[in-house]
Amino acid sequence: MPGILVVAETSEGAVAPISFELLGAARQLSAQGGGSVSAVVAGGEAEAKALIAHGADSVYTADAALAGQSADASLAAVEAALQGSGADIVLIGTTSFGRDLGPALAFRQKTGIAMDCTELKFDGGRLRATRGCYGGNARAEHTWKAPLQIATVKPKSFDAPEADAGRSGSVSATGAAGESKVKVLGVSKAESAGIRLEDAQVVVSGGRGLGDENGFRALEELASVLPQAAVGASRAACDLGWYPPAAQVGLTGKVVSPNLYIAVAISGASQHMAGMAGSKNIVAINKDPDANMVKAAKFAIVDDYKKVVPALIEEIKKLG
Amino acid sequence: MNIIVCVKQIPDPETPAASFKVDEAAKKVIPAQGIAPVVNPFDPQATEAALRLRDAAGEGKITVISLGPDSARDAIKHALAMGADEGVLLNDAAFEGIDNFQTAVALTKAIQKIGEYDLVLMGRSAADWDMGVVPAGVGQLLGIPVVTVAKGIEKNGAALKVERVLDDGFQTVETPLPAVVSVSNEFGEPRYPQLRQIMLAAKKTVQVWSAADIGMASDELGAGGRWLPLDALYVPKVESNVEIIEGDSPEEKARNLAQKLRAAKLI
Ligand SMILES: Cc1cc2nc3c(=O)[nH]c(=O)nc-3n(C[C@H](O)[C@H](O)[C@H](O)COP(=O)(O)OP(=O)(O)OC[C@H]3O[C@@H](n4cnc5c(N)ncnc54)[C@H](O)[C@@H]3O)c2cc1C
Ligand SMILES: Nc1ncnc2c1ncn2[C@@H]1O[C@H](COP(=O)(O)O)[C@@H](O)[C@H]1O
Repeated sequence: MPGILVVAETSEGAVAPISFELLGAARQLSAQGGGSVSAVVAGGEAEAKALIAHGADSVYTADAALAGQSADASLAAVEAALQGSGADIVLIGTTSFGRDLGPALAFRQKTGIAMDCTELKFDGGRLRATRGCYGGNARAEHTWKAPLQIATVKPKSFDAPEADAGRSGSVSATGAAGESKVKVLGVSKAESAGIRLEDAQVVVSGGRGLGDENGFRALEELASVLPQAAVGASRAACDLGWYPPAAQVGLTGKVVSPNLYIAVAISGASQHMAGMAGSKNIVAINKDPDANMVKAAKFAIVDDYKKVVPALIEEIKKLG
Repeated sequence: MNIIVCVKQIPDPETPAASFKVDEAAKKVIPAQGIAPVVNPFDPQATEAALRLRDAAGEGKITVISLGPDSARDAIKHALAMGADEGVLLNDAAFEGIDNFQTAVALTKAIQKIGEYDLVLMGRSAADWDMGVVPAGVGQLLGIPVVTVAKGIEKNGAALKVERVLDDGFQTVETPLPAVVSVSNEFGEPRYPQLRQIMLAAKKTVQVWSAADIGMASDELGAGGRWLPLDALYVPKVESNVEIIEGDSPEEKARNLAQKLRAAKLI
């Protein structure tokens, strides 16, 4: 029986939000005739329950310790789930883990993988995937030559289904043991004061036009007067060492889709837009009226941020 | 330490959106007038990593491979001018229209033909198709470990210690050799070739291998042999509805913006 296999991920001991988004995508494909939805996770009963509540019909569990290892250690578990479920579509998140696991799985299975897909359709019995390319300047649509169709899905592209504790599904342990020749010696998490960039309702981002890292102090202050706000950065600003890479928004950074994205001194290169174009409302503060970010914005101020940002902080405080 | 570096020539990823055009029927990007193709921006970082490792080891050879049209020779020359030793250009009409998967097969066969290597270095992804799959592919096909998105690489006895950039921080891993490692921009700026080095590079050898030279059959090649067929390629439409906030001073603009945002219930 053809079907869809979702490769779930955990983060800090719970199923990661991207996995629920993958289930949202999988349920859509299932409704279009794609078959039943299974999921595989390095975890136990609790994770399986959460996945079923969010749309999985069956869950394959594997050793939770795999989560801390190199992605290729999970290949055996995913392949066991693939065999068990008979799925002909595999959905994986475009995350550090998925960017490694997906291509490795594809080459082992001798099939293609479409990376970072934003749209998926089940059409005439086969998957059709849409993805950005050329830095976001173009879009490509793909199908697969081999029967097995693997895609990684860009975060924030699909809505997670509402949890329904009444849903039932089967759970089985894969028993697959995984190992990797690549040993993890250590991990250092980027410390984020307050709310996570991906979860923020408001993102205040700064670019090369800030001029120096002090510009980010002003943006942090602006974020502090806005509820549920976090600070992001362009790659140019990260490369200059003004802000940590974990705050980078864009093609090779984080994908955010807040209610409000305030882009300060960011030109709006396609690779940056690839990480924030899904924002509900964009505000640009830029000296250049022709900057791409200004064109993409709902509201823009064309002026020096050094004067605008402190004034904006005061005005917001006044409004209370 | 013998290192192979893979470099790709691509249309300049900084091409302004207004100059970026696609031939939808041919499913191809139309080269922008007056904007020359460049080396994929992550690949000089891979070459830089190779140079630093060779220099630290005090011995070894760096071979650069590129699969592409005649002009891809420039991408190889750039790496040779940075200090790499030899080049191989995989060049054949049958490579026209192939995808990342066929490319990985071809690069793997070329690496096997070169034979002696301790490490294969690549960029984290090529900024044309933005896939990031070739490093994993070559690793799987050669049967050796793969480490991606490196920001630091160091020899550690017989192994390699690699610092990686993750979504939410950093990770340090150790891999035995040979291995494939892909390098990210966080590695730092690659050296810029000086005129003298560019002239020296002109004397270094670049071999040209055809599909037959690496033993690829014709049915694996061309657009017909793609693992991931391309059904459509187009430029998404974007329209601008921006409202420029007016005011006589930056302060007045800021006040007007704050009020607009409040009225729209955005703050
Ligand atoms: C493969 C690849 C992947 C990439 N991935 C990413 C990514 O994930 N994220 C990302 O951001 N980029 C990415 N980039 C880089 C991207 O192409 C741009 O180079 C980068 O986004 C530019 O950053 P910026 O807008 O901060 O700088 P710039 O383009 O230099 O823009 C600075 C802006 O600041 C404005 N400015 C200057 N001074 C002031 C002032 N005083 N007040 C107000 N405005 C001012 C200027 O008008 C200008 O618009 C990638 C590139 C490649 C090739
Ligand atoms: N045609 C090619 N020739 C040489 N190296 C390539 C080619 N295509 C991809 N690569 C290498 O693989 C990396 C990742 O590319 P990709 O998987 O296509 O995004 C690049 O940074 C290069 O190092």
